[in-house]
Amino acid sequence: MRILFLLLLAFPAMAQTPEVERVVAATFADAPEAWKSRVTQDETQALCSLRRNEPTKAEAMAIEAREKATVKIPAEIAGSWKKGEDIAQNGRGNQFSDPAGTVAGGNCYACHQMAPAELSYGTLGPSLMHYGKLKDFAPAAAREAYGKVYNAQSVTACSTMPRFGHNGVLSEQQIKDVVAYLFDPASPVNAPVK
Amino acid sequence: MRFAAILLLALTVTAAHAQDSDSEKEIERYRAMINDPMANPGYLAVDRGEQIWAEKRGSKAASLEGCDLGVGPGVLEGAFAHLPRYFADADQVMDLEQRLLFCMKTVQGLDTKPILTNRFSAPGKASDMEDLVAFIANKSNGMKLQAPLEHPKEKAAYAVGEAMFYRRSAVNDFACATCHGDDGKRIRLQGLPNFSKPNSGAQETMGSWPTYRVSQSALRTMQHRLWDCYRQMRMPVPVYGSEGLTALTVYLAQVGGNAVINVPSIKR
Ligand code: HEC
Ligand code: HEC
Repeated sequence: MRILFLLLLAFPAMAQTPEVERVVAATFADAPEAWKSRVTQDETQALCSLRRNEPTKAEAMAIEAREKATVKIPAEIAGSWKKGEDIAQNGRGNQFSDPAGTVAGGNCYACHQMAPAELSYGTLGPSLMHYGKLKDFAPAAAREAYGKVYNAQSVTACSTMPRFGHNGVLSEQQIKDVVAYLFDPASPVNAPVK
Repeated sequence: MRFAAILLLALTVTAAHAQDSDSEKEIERYRAMINDPMANPGYLAVDRGEQIWAEKRGSKAASLEGCDLGVGPGVLEGAFAHLPRYFADADQVMDLEQRLLFCMKTVQGLDTKPILTNRFSAPGKASDMEDLVAFIANKSNGMKLQAPLEHPKEKAAYAVGEAMFYRRSAVNDFACATCHGDDGKRIRLQGLPNFSKPNSGAQETMGSWPTYRVSQSALRTMQHRLWDCYRQMRMPVPVYGSEGLTALTVYLAQVGGNAVINVPSIKR
């Protein structure tokens, strides 16, 4: 009883969750078997939803630790910036309107400015223009970027950026390619502004 | 075609990208057309909806004129401006589309299966639901959107809708709030209205649906917009006319409350 009470104090909005989950389940009741897991939340999604992406310090640390445990950063990150560019531009994949077997892109341009020549970019995330250059093309920074793209919340709890590797949206090689797009000195991301 | 291309340009390009004065003028001209019933193809849906409303159908050979949309049987003026709302006869909060399906069954004795199959129009295949919504919503033009929030079930629907707005899920970890949680954001070049609090952008949205979508050459309703956003969220197809979509609409009608209704509008 006491524990339950304390829990309710710690998660004041929790009390309303079962009703919300009932309605959500009914809203997606027609989902095919393979899609059902998308309707339910993992622990991180549930807590970030409840906190509207502003977890307490302790919660943030717990999330980052849990998410970090899912990330394996390769010792060497070799990729093709050209392929990375296609992935950054590609917003297809995983939508119910996509033909089966569609390979998903990262759609980084939906949220980030990247190459100075590309004007069609969104503003939900910070600008990544000249990202590699600003980090002196340091291999350690490239490895960090790999970890960020693999699982954004291993670095920032409740980041609104998708956990591309963790959720299986992008493969290891695809992530290496987008990192090359950010870090290759020859990549348009690092080209001077005209 | 030219109409569509210019309009797409007008509605896509943001202020960040300066226009030369020629296209500025074109854009102005097409903006004016938006308010011209003769030029907005959405008004074809309004006309079709008027016919469907009066047509005797179903096992009871009745028209929808016996349907109470919340302001009395058959009364159209102002009905849409006060939806979604609680209906005692169904003991449920309903948006316009849910209510119409309810009336088709109870007033007309109509089999709604084919109606649901055709819920979204496609080239050469009209949708009764889109047409009816266009006709009925148009009868609230000039009025303010004031969905009631008094009945306990209306309040409960609002709470669920608000929670769904912030609820993250699926492979991209998206919630509605990911894209509609802040002012002045855009995805690629498309401006994103902020629905996290009452504001004029949310009002502009809620006063402008149903809309004729140029990119789809079709009149679309809020049910379709939410279907489209759940698609972008990588979620499964939401059930049309479900409690959840109504809950979200109840929430949106509050953050966009007091919007002046002017529909069907015309959008990208
Ligand atoms: C839905 C929006 C969204 C998408 C899509 C997205 N990001 Fe992000 N990204 C963000 C936000 C918001 C931040 C800042 C908050 C944070 O650091 O988590 C961010 C931060 C980053 C950072 C860290 C920047 C820094 O401060 O050093 C990198 C690197 C990055 N994103 C790369 C990518 C790449 C590569 C992709 C595509 C594969 C991508 N992002 C897709 C929203 C997004
Ligand atoms: C991944 C991004 C994304 C997510 C997540 C998202 N939307 Fe949207 N939403 C958009 C885009 C893009 C548009 C279209 C803007 C345009 O056409 O200019 C839009 C448009 C809308 C509109 C119509 C705006 C207008 O002015 O006509 C509404 C209402 C809306 N969204 C509600 C929602 C709700 C509710 C959810 C959650 C169930 C949601 N959105 C989730 C990207 C998103």
